Amino acid sequence: MSEQTTENTDVITGIEAPIYLKYNFTAGAAPARFLTQVKEGVLTGQRCPQCAQVYVPPRGSCAACGVPTEEEVVLSDKATVQSFTIVSIPIPGNSIEPPFVVANLVPDGANISFIHLMSECDNADVHIGQRVQGVWKPQEEWGYSMDNIRYFKPLDEPDVPVEKIGKIPVEGWEG
Amino acid sequence: MANLAAVVGTGQTSYTTKRGDVSIAGLVREAAVNALNDAELTWDDIDAVIVGKAPDMFEGVIMPEIYLTDALGCNGKPMLRVHTAGSVGGSTALVAASHVQSGTFKRVLTVAFEKQSESNAMWALSNPQPFSTHLNAGAGGYFAPIIREYMRRSEAPYDVGIKVAVKDRLHGARNPLAHLQKPDITMKEVEESFMLWDPIRFLESCPSSDGACAMVIANEELAEQAPRPPAWIRGVAMRSEPTMYAGREEVNPQAGRDCAADVYKQAGIKDPRKDLDVAEVYVPFSWYEPMWLENLGFAPEGEGWKLTMEGATSLDEGGDIPWNPSGGVLSSNPIGASGMIRFAEAARQVRGDAGDHQVEGAKLALGHAYGGGAQFFAMWVVGSEKG
Repeated sequence: MSEQTTENTDVITGIEAPIYLKYNFTAGAAPARFLTQVKEGVLTGQRCPQCAQVYVPPRGSCAACGVPTEEEVVLSDKATVQSFTIVSIPIPGNSIEPPFVVANLVPDGANISFIHLMSECDNADVHIGQRVQGVWKPQEEWGYSMDNIRYFKPLDEPDVPVEKIGKIPVEGWEG
Repeated sequence: MANLAAVVGTGQTSYTTKRGDVSIAGLVREAAVNALNDAELTWDDIDAVIVGKAPDMFEGVIMPEIYLTDALGCNGKPMLRVHTAGSVGGSTALVAASHVQSGTFKRVLTVAFEKQSESNAMWALSNPQPFSTHLNAGAGGYFAPIIREYMRRSEAPYDVGIKVAVKDRLHGARNPLAHLQKPDITMKEVEESFMLWDPIRFLESCPSSDGACAMVIANEELAEQAPRPPAWIRGVAMRSEPTMYAGREEVNPQAGRDCAADVYKQAGIKDPRKDLDVAEVYVPFSWYEPMWLENLGFAPEGEGWKLTMEGATSLDEGGDIPWNPSGGVLSSNPIGASGMIRFAEAARQVRGDAGDHQVEGAKLALGHAYGGGAQFFAMWVVGSEKG
């Protein structure tokens, strides 16, 4: 400690000096199209012209091939669990009560997963290959957001074998 | 062809939850002074300073390197900051090395740090993203599903991660600088610890630490004059890949395999388990030991966990290829510094300077760091001989 510290000096290890940042997100062409469609209750992706993989949400290019993606593909709100975690601690800034299941889900017709909440399920029963479907908020609450889907719930369909996860056509999984 | 370069001094702070007695500037200076003392050099002997730390949001200090110029003796000297997320400590060391290997500078100081007590990394890594639900729950939330997929594929016993958690804390108990000092830790204690992000338990996760690490890297001529044995840099490699693309191999990333192949080729390593004496590898969650054993070629795919369970990576069990004798990231995690600690600890091993966690007779060591969504990799191989 400094020799200048006197009895009249408080020990100050931090002061609160809040700074607020509000980001205006400018969606590019592909995310803008995706968000426009999701506001109408439709999930869309884009297909890579080179490797034919379908991206959701589309970012306008394929990161593997380095080429623009333009062809739009309408996806299903049915999906397959690629993997998941059961989170037992709160997420800062999110009022969701732990424990909750966050799953990596591949919607039918796409070849890449996004994360979303799983509910209406026993956490201990959630497993890789499980079939699920989106439960949407009431239409009047839809915005430019994936939160239009409140969560995904299990479907009464046979599990998808691991090697087929991410390869289910938009028509769905017959088992 | 790169010129020879070597580590001639390492310096670390001790690692702890909160260093209330120093500012960030005081923290980095402490590590830097320790490295200069180890090299028996002064600030005037340094030609340039290379600084690294993890994202600025972690402490809320934007571009902290600017305010650290004073503390790091950078006035009138070139200074550069490196940023590659969690791998930054490793890539900062590599950038510093390249400044010497290229002949640009004769002797550079490199420093990496994190003061997690002034931060909330969980918050900084859990910000809502546009066009995604707000469910990203820190680093553990991101890596847990990848670990689950590894467990499924490898059919490894459930307690492999528990074993790593115990092994690295027993190693850490040999290292007076390590944050967690748990010489009496048991498998049962780890198994019964709170499940944070299933399948990752509390004691299978790294702590949040304050700390800094520094090294002095010198050219061949100056390294030969150094008072203590140099750690000769025998190979350096960095690779990166996008976080997300369709078909990405997340369990065993291509960038990690390519980076390892490159650094082994430079160092003349054909069989890493046999040719290396020790490895300091970035394992922030216990299951990443078996995963990286495979990614780095120490074991065939799907069999990394067997080395762990056989005790091959344990100092206490007399393993043939000890991993993280310092206790690793599982024992100390000042995020931005964690990669450089791996690199510095590799150097300490081949300099015979690792105290109670010394691997006897270590001549060739691997330092490894990864970051982001397991998409940035930095590695070096250091040796007691020039090669």
